[in-house]
Amino acid sequence: MKKKLLSLVLGTAMVTTLLAGCGSTSTEAPASEAAEVESEAVETPAAESEAAESEVAEAPAAEAGDGAVYYLNFKPEQAEQWEALAEVYTEETGVPVTVVTASSGTYESTLKSEMAKEEAPTLFQVNGPVGLATWKDYCYDLKDSDVYKNLSSDDFALVNEDGSVSGIAYVIETYGIIYNKTLLNDYFETEGAVATSVEEINNFDTFKAVVEDIQAKKDELGILGAFTSAGMDASSDWRFKTHLANMPIYYEYKADGISSTDAIKGTYLDNYKAIWDLYINNATCEPSLLSSKTGEDAASEFALGEAVFYQNGTWAYGDIAAAEEISDEELGMLPIYIGGEGEENQGLCTGSENYWCVNAKADQADIDATLAFINWVVTSDAGRSALANDMGFVTPFTTMADYLPANPLVAAANEDIAAGHTAVTWNFTTMPSEEWKNGVGSALLEYAQGTGEWDAVVTAFVDGWATEAAAAKAE
Amino acid sequence: MEKAIKRYFPIFVLPTMLAFILGFIAPFIMGIYLSFCKFTTVTDAKFIGLENYKKVFTDPTFVHALWYTALFTAVTVVLINVLAFAVAWFLTKGIKGTNIFRTVFFMPNLIGGIILGYIWQLLLNGILMQFNRTLTYSATYGFWGLVILMCWQQVGYMMIIYIAGIQNVPGDLLEAAKIDGANSKQILTKVTLPMVMPSITICTFLTLTNSFKLFDQNLALTNGEPSNMSEMLALNIYSTFYGRAGWEGVGQAKAVIFFILVAAIALTQNYLTRRKEVQQ
Repeated sequence: MKKKLLSLVLGTAMVTTLLAGCGSTSTEAPASEAAEVESEAVETPAAESEAAESEVAEAPAAEAGDGAVYYLNFKPEQAEQWEALAEVYTEETGVPVTVVTASSGTYESTLKSEMAKEEAPTLFQVNGPVGLATWKDYCYDLKDSDVYKNLSSDDFALVNEDGSVSGIAYVIETYGIIYNKTLLNDYFETEGAVATSVEEINNFDTFKAVVEDIQAKKDELGILGAFTSAGMDASSDWRFKTHLANMPIYYEYKADGISSTDAIKGTYLDNYKAIWDLYINNATCEPSLLSSKTGEDAASEFALGEAVFYQNGTWAYGDIAAAEEISDEELGMLPIYIGGEGEENQGLCTGSENYWCVNAKADQADIDATLAFINWVVTSDAGRSALANDMGFVTPFTTMADYLPANPLVAAANEDIAAGHTAVTWNFTTMPSEEWKNGVGSALLEYAQGTGEWDAVVTAFVDGWATEAAAAKAE
Repeated sequence: MEKAIKRYFPIFVLPTMLAFILGFIAPFIMGIYLSFCKFTTVTDAKFIGLENYKKVFTDPTFVHALWYTALFTAVTVVLINVLAFAVAWFLTKGIKGTNIFRTVFFMPNLIGGIILGYIWQLLLNGILMQFNRTLTYSATYGFWGLVILMCWQQVGYMMIIYIAGIQNVPGDLLEAAKIDGANSKQILTKVTLPMVMPSITICTFLTLTNSFKLFDQNLALTNGEPSNMSEMLALNIYSTFYGRAGWEGVGQAKAVIFFILVAAIALTQNYLTRRKEVQQ
């Protein structure tokens, strides 16, 4: 009897699993088939311009069901805002918009696995020309799209040699050395201060003198160091191997009158060393601890008033404001001076590394829906307000002129431009590969903690550039 | 009953078989195919022959990861097995609180590798901070950090297997040895050890493959820092695949080589220790 009962139970369990298996496949199959049929139905009238009236009449009925938008978002800081905006759009138009956000540092891997799926993202992003190289086959030509027409300048698009447009920047950002005005003013009032106002700091030598003097007087000022920790953990090392490395590249490009190269000469690497030395020797922590200092460490040190200077950009405002220790009026931003020619007029570093791309391998209906969605984002009131006010983006679109975010760092960036300074361009988008950045980053760290020589940085910078650029060409 | 099992086994095996094919065989074959391809997403690949395999051995990080992993495996296999056997030996002596000790030693094994990695990162960094160092200061710190972490996690598990083995040594054998005048050291080396050989086979197999395939702990503890110097094979494959544009196929080729290596090592080890087992 017991055996019979057991076999009965086992049998039932078996049948249930089998049925469950069948169940899911049988419900899925018609859905995808239906979707295919629908998209075909839409494509037909589009292809034949002179479609019969009956077919056109059918189209609106199918419209709600066809094109869908799937946005793979890069910025976790703005995940909720994008989801809210997607909901508004779906309510307004009936077009479903899915927003998925990759967690910090996993965008490329998430994108790779999502793209392999049948329901691939229709809208994704690349970080510039180098990132584009991976995804160029997946980028729909945006030349005729409305959103491209709303772009204020071609500088903010990834335009290919044949004139097609692969990506469109949707946010402009600025970075420099963020400083705490209150603490800096405290310093200016100390005895024997090297400078008495921030206007005097307009070159590397003055800046260096100020930083070193602040470091010497750190106990008097009640801080831990002039700079926040220059963390070389993956969450923070991009500030130095990418953003700070932009400075020597910028000056070299400027001196040579070029905008990209296959072989960097490293003319300004001594300046790079000088500013890096300044960062690591006048910070809140010992250089030997840098390898595990994170981006959050630096942000919190600055937000809690433990350091005066913090190299980062407009995007850091959210983290600083969240601590509620420093008011908006206390925030300022200085250009990164490295001792280049004519740096008195050098401004902050402004550019973009967030480019929207539309998946060319998606269904045409989805592509159209996606293009309509992004254009809506930059033209409708709801979209523009969300971009500027909720997400705090400065965007390169002509439609966004009246929508500027209330971010004091953005204000600082605008003041800098108003003061007549020349903005430093973001040349790190021309860095040959991630591998190159990693090589430079590792060498920087080894130099900082004393386990390596500066020569290794030079090798990684110059030779690494040539190797990686050649490797990229070969592919 | 026998007959019924024979007749119906295909039906009972079917769900597991399906899951095995979908979850293992299919991706495995696809993975081998992809190692000969250039691709960005796995569904869109172009056949390029042996190019990827050529690149694997020109990549210095892979060769370094290989040696680093081999060294790590050698150290952990010895340490874990010796420690686990010692603990098991003491906990079969009938000392007070045996059950509590066994539970405590086994507990770390119930925590996931990623979490363990982060916990130990905090602990070890807290100690190293006293000397103005951190775990990622050099690969040596990362290496010994990983060894400590792996021992802590695996000793308890292997201990359970050894305890089962030791308890299975027949009492009459031990008694006979005692009557013959063997001291406790002789009993351990001449009676107990040969009798627990099956446990040793299993434990060395498990520690060997676990150490060789180690990923989570490596990722959480050091993530290969500094300069990929504390990167083990599995993590190296992962970062090649996901971290380097255009190198997805190379990562896949590394994975195939990795599979062959692990299989070869595990089979050899199994063959060698099996030979030493005694029939009861």
